[in-house]
Amino acid sequence: MENRKYYQPEFETMPVEDIKKLQSEKLIKQVKHVYENVPFYRARMDEKGVKPEDIKGIEDLYKLPFVEKSDLRDNYPYGMLAKPLADCVRIQSTSGTTGKRVIAYYTQYDIDLWEDCCARALVAAGADKEDVVQVSYGYGLFTGGPGLNGGSHKVGCLTLPMSSGNTERQLQFMTDLKATVLCCTPSYAAYLGESLKEMGYTPETIPLKAGIFGAEPWTSENRRQLEATLGIKAYDIYGLTEISGPGVSFECAEQGGMHINEDHFVAEIINPETGEPLPEGEKGELVFTCLDKEAFPMLRYRTRDICVLSRKPCSCGRTFIRMSKPMGRSDDMMIIRGVNVFPSQIEAVLLKEGYTPNYQIKLSRVNNNDTFDVFVELPPEQFDDSVKSISAKEASLRDAMRNMLGIGPAIHLVPPKTITRSEGKAVRIIDERKLHD
Amino acid sequence: MAIRQLSVFLENKKGSLSEITNLLAEAKVDLRSMCIAETSNYGIVRIIANDPAKALEILIASGFAAQIRPVTAFAVPDQPGGLAQVLEILEENGINIEYMYALVTTIADKAYAVMRTDDEEKTEAVLAKNNIELLDEKNV
Repeated sequence: MENRKYYQPEFETMPVEDIKKLQSEKLIKQVKHVYENVPFYRARMDEKGVKPEDIKGIEDLYKLPFVEKSDLRDNYPYGMLAKPLADCVRIQSTSGTTGKRVIAYYTQYDIDLWEDCCARALVAAGADKEDVVQVSYGYGLFTGGPGLNGGSHKVGCLTLPMSSGNTERQLQFMTDLKATVLCCTPSYAAYLGESLKEMGYTPETIPLKAGIFGAEPWTSENRRQLEATLGIKAYDIYGLTEISGPGVSFECAEQGGMHINEDHFVAEIINPETGEPLPEGEKGELVFTCLDKEAFPMLRYRTRDICVLSRKPCSCGRTFIRMSKPMGRSDDMMIIRGVNVFPSQIEAVLLKEGYTPNYQIKLSRVNNNDTFDVFVELPPEQFDDSVKSISAKEASLRDAMRNMLGIGPAIHLVPPKTITRSEGKAVRIIDERKLHD
Repeated sequence: MAIRQLSVFLENKKGSLSEITNLLAEAKVDLRSMCIAETSNYGIVRIIANDPAKALEILIASGFAAQIRPVTAFAVPDQPGGLAQVLEILEENGINIEYMYALVTTIADKAYAVMRTDDEEKTEAVLAKNNIELLDEKNV
């Protein structure tokens, strides 16, 4: 039997006019829901002089205020909740810009719609009931593992909940159980590919046929290499915890941008400086509105990802608008081994641990793995003249960073005033990775 | 009894050591002994000088991370196994050595060393009790 083409064709191939109508109906309800249940939204809308009845359809979306990541921090932990906790069944979490992480809440309805989105991505990548899906994204607070895991269940695939790490076991399960679809970060996929090659596998003998790779930037050159090494077709997937997780948009076999699940999310492109909406086809910051998420519905959430939208018809038959790969950020967030890291988080740790915020971050890539080094100036009064004591300080700073960031950088303490300053301003980030085309 | 040692935290790169020796030369500080511990990123230079307080002041004023700390200077018994004997005494008394290096002095015919241990006071007491000759700054 031939694999199905769509997971939910009634939405995925819905005529654009009908999608807009559906979006309008859902938006009107959503705005009323958040105005009545979330004091934050009510206050922001009142401030802007917008009432729920002013929103008559998605053409009125621009009237609503933006939500920024800092708003989530300011309203931590329950301030953005739009449903009673008793109706929530799960949290997921992502990094905040400083100490507090973002906590996203899900009702069962929210989980279902998120998993549907992931199921659509899997089917678009050619997965069906007969397939064996190896999910090698991290499981836990990170949305990667749970999202694709749920999507894979919905499609009816045999799901291997591998989580990340333990490469030897990953490869054993992949080859013994003949995994056909691999879901992980593109850098981990490349690492698995190199390991398989060393073990004597060729693209023909590797059982995989498709890969769904996301959570970090990758280039078309990365895609070409992954497809050649693993003997697969490599699909991009996009998402963020604030909006639900992976599957907000996904690639089809056309590989020409990611279809946004428009029955659940409305995308806008704005000028990041002025906040003004830009017409389709122009490059700007991506903003999402959740149309029917219940517990944690973001309205006009600024993703800080820079990209382009296209309504051009796609040969796959899906009518959902497509977004380009993010081409950069309108803030200073870094994505390191799939983890979002803000320089402000690093500064917060340094100040807390008694250091000055004189530091430099160096990112590179060795064997498809991100290296993450932080050089920190040692305050003169903290100097003690043994290598042992300096190594101990480096280790304890690394632990403090790991607690805050979720990944531990290699810390290098350096003498005061040795971190390069250009034109009096410190260069904070040196990124030697090639992340974008 | 202990002598004062000056230490400086340095970048492991060309010219950083001479920057220090130049500063100290200008200030007419006389260096007696020096040892460098290095890693791939940084070095710690340890100096025995005639006027460590002045040297520290100059280095701090120039923005270096530097410190003065007491270290034990002692005469190594001039016979085979002389150093081994000292180390054995320390070990028996549960004293750990952080580092040790040779001390150059103007006293002829004798070998001297400097060390930092995890307990300077106890080190000196133990060595004195075992008739190991200790130096103070006047002898250096």
